[in-house]
Amino acid sequence: MNAHDLAQQLIYGLSVGATYALIALGYTMVYGTLRLINFAHGDVYMVGAVTGFYVAGWVSQWSIPIWLMLIVVLICSASACAVLGYGIERFAYRPLRSRPRLVLLITAIGVSLLLENAFQLPQLFGATPRHYPQQMTSELLLPVGFLGLTRLDVLSLSLSIILVGMLTWIVLRTRMGLALRAVSFRFDTATLMGINTDRVISFTFVFGSALAAVAGVLNAIRYQVDPLMGIMWGLKAFIAAVLGGIGSVSGALLGGLVLGIVETLLRGYFLPARYSGYSDGAAFVILILILLFKPSGLLGKTTIEKV
Amino acid sequence: MRWNFAAALLAVSFLMVGCKKHPQASDEIVVGEFGSLTGATATFGQASHEGLALALEQINKNGGILGKQVRVITEDDASDANQAVNVVQKLVNSDGVVGVIGEVASKRSLAGGGICEKYKCPMLSPSSTNPDVTVEGGKVKSYVFRICFTDTFQGSINGQFGAAQGWKSVAMMTNVDEDYSKGLAKSFKAEFSKTGKIVAEESYSGDTQDFKAQLNRIKQQNPDAVYIPGYYNEVGLILPQAKQIGLSVPFFGGDGWDSPLTLKLPEAQGNFYSDHYSPDDNRPESQEFVKLFRAKYNKTPDAMAVLGYDAMRVMADAIKRAGKADRQAVTDALAQTKDFPGASGAISIDAEHNARKPIVILQLKDSKAALFKTFQPE
Repeated sequence: MNAHDLAQQLIYGLSVGATYALIALGYTMVYGTLRLINFAHGDVYMVGAVTGFYVAGWVSQWSIPIWLMLIVVLICSASACAVLGYGIERFAYRPLRSRPRLVLLITAIGVSLLLENAFQLPQLFGATPRHYPQQMTSELLLPVGFLGLTRLDVLSLSLSIILVGMLTWIVLRTRMGLALRAVSFRFDTATLMGINTDRVISFTFVFGSALAAVAGVLNAIRYQVDPLMGIMWGLKAFIAAVLGGIGSVSGALLGGLVLGIVETLLRGYFLPARYSGYSDGAAFVILILILLFKPSGLLGKTTIEKV
Repeated sequence: MRWNFAAALLAVSFLMVGCKKHPQASDEIVVGEFGSLTGATATFGQASHEGLALALEQINKNGGILGKQVRVITEDDASDANQAVNVVQKLVNSDGVVGVIGEVASKRSLAGGGICEKYKCPMLSPSSTNPDVTVEGGKVKSYVFRICFTDTFQGSINGQFGAAQGWKSVAMMTNVDEDYSKGLAKSFKAEFSKTGKIVAEESYSGDTQDFKAQLNRIKQQNPDAVYIPGYYNEVGLILPQAKQIGLSVPFFGGDGWDSPLTLKLPEAQGNFYSDHYSPDDNRPESQEFVKLFRAKYNKTPDAMAVLGYDAMRVMADAIKRAGKADRQAVTDALAQTKDFPGASGAISIDAEHNARKPIVILQLKDSKAALFKTFQPE
């Protein structure tokens, strides 16, 4: 395999990694404030894809340019998931916040199963995978000219970087960010300092869920929508968050990109062809190695902007 | 305290309901069905169930079996092998069915078959093609049968088809999670290697969504065609991605492609897959089935539907020949099935509990599967 192919595999890895990063941010933010691994997050990503599917079916009947359609789909689906994320926190997690952490964790798994199974009902979505409208996918999956990069790859990479930049700005430069850092530093002291912790926690859920929805829409355009799509991607994104250092914003971006690249290179470069099907296992091997040798992750210790 | 007592009472009463045996009413015959009505391969289970329901309706309209009406208890395994074990256990042990019909996917038929062997209940798979479904470690399973061909046959026909198309080099992509996919790949390779060369053996897992890394490696090898012995949901992801990276050679596969979703896929048009039956088949049994199916569901049946239909009828025929709704008698009758006029072809169960039937190659054209070629069993 020559340099060109290697570069091409790197590009595939980056575009997959960018969506891992978007989902990983949600895990990392919630963990930073609540010390909770929100296992329902992968399913919020799925709900984002499903909402986008319905909105896309609706806007594709208007005669507006594709980019405008995409913006409408992204905004609608991000808002829907923001509401969903808020609701999950408000009604499933908040009443149990003072209980042992295990209770919250099990509730998270419960919410996850509820969403997965509810969306398999034909009334909500059904079990059969479906595709976004042809006109939208075919336009967005056009190559941009070199290395097999598609418009969507460029879009998802730049969106992840912009959104991570935005989040970093919020965390470091705004009052909400200051409150976030305080809550993450010491939950009870932050409360004593007059910080409305409920609001801060709601914010992390709302923002994290909106990011997951963006990832959901991007992946649904690239692949397809199905009610169980969040399981594997959710797990991988969680691993990305741990890899980068859970609780760290830039770590989530780094972890996502590294995981995407490692996986793709294993699949298309290092592993012999007949074993490429086992590359999914690579993510879990990485998780084990990180937990054994550097539990704080790549950027876990050095970072200051803990959310 | 009183509440605790009430809760305990409630729990106990639930348990009692859960354990309640459903004794077989003497005026009906109960048959079980398990299938993937939801989950990753939902269209398989749904199509198979539609065919089965049509056959059931016909059987009961014509007076049932042995003067009794037939009732089918259908259980969904959500495309999950563990769930298949649970639902088959329920059918066999608490519903007391006389026989079980299912599954489409080999992995789940293997799982359900284990339970049926253990409790000595006949099981008839409509469309699982992996050899191990009926034969395990060289020993034929006593209670498991199928009314379709095996992957050993299907894979080698796929190999012969590739050679007949004049393809010299073929790349393969196998799903390492599925017994079905691995079985097909193995016998395809054995047959095709006689005349051509396998230039790449890529693999993926059932959770894979991004195939570009593998497809890109296949592209480097510049094959004449790509063989994908996978299921329709994977094919639906692989073909569009192949087009994206500019891999434009013919793709072909086995009966796992058969789904309304593959038919509709623009990137699939022009490609080939092998199957159990073609709606263009002009035998009277087949034409009658297509007519009945269209009248009931207002669509053209696929292979899973026709095999679901035949499975129900073969099971009913076996119960009739057994003369009683007894598991052992029905098992023996199933083993003796000979020249049953099925809609998917004449069905005779051989010594290994398989049916030897012709195989068709279909080509996707204008969102329809057109008959391309028929191969007879040797």
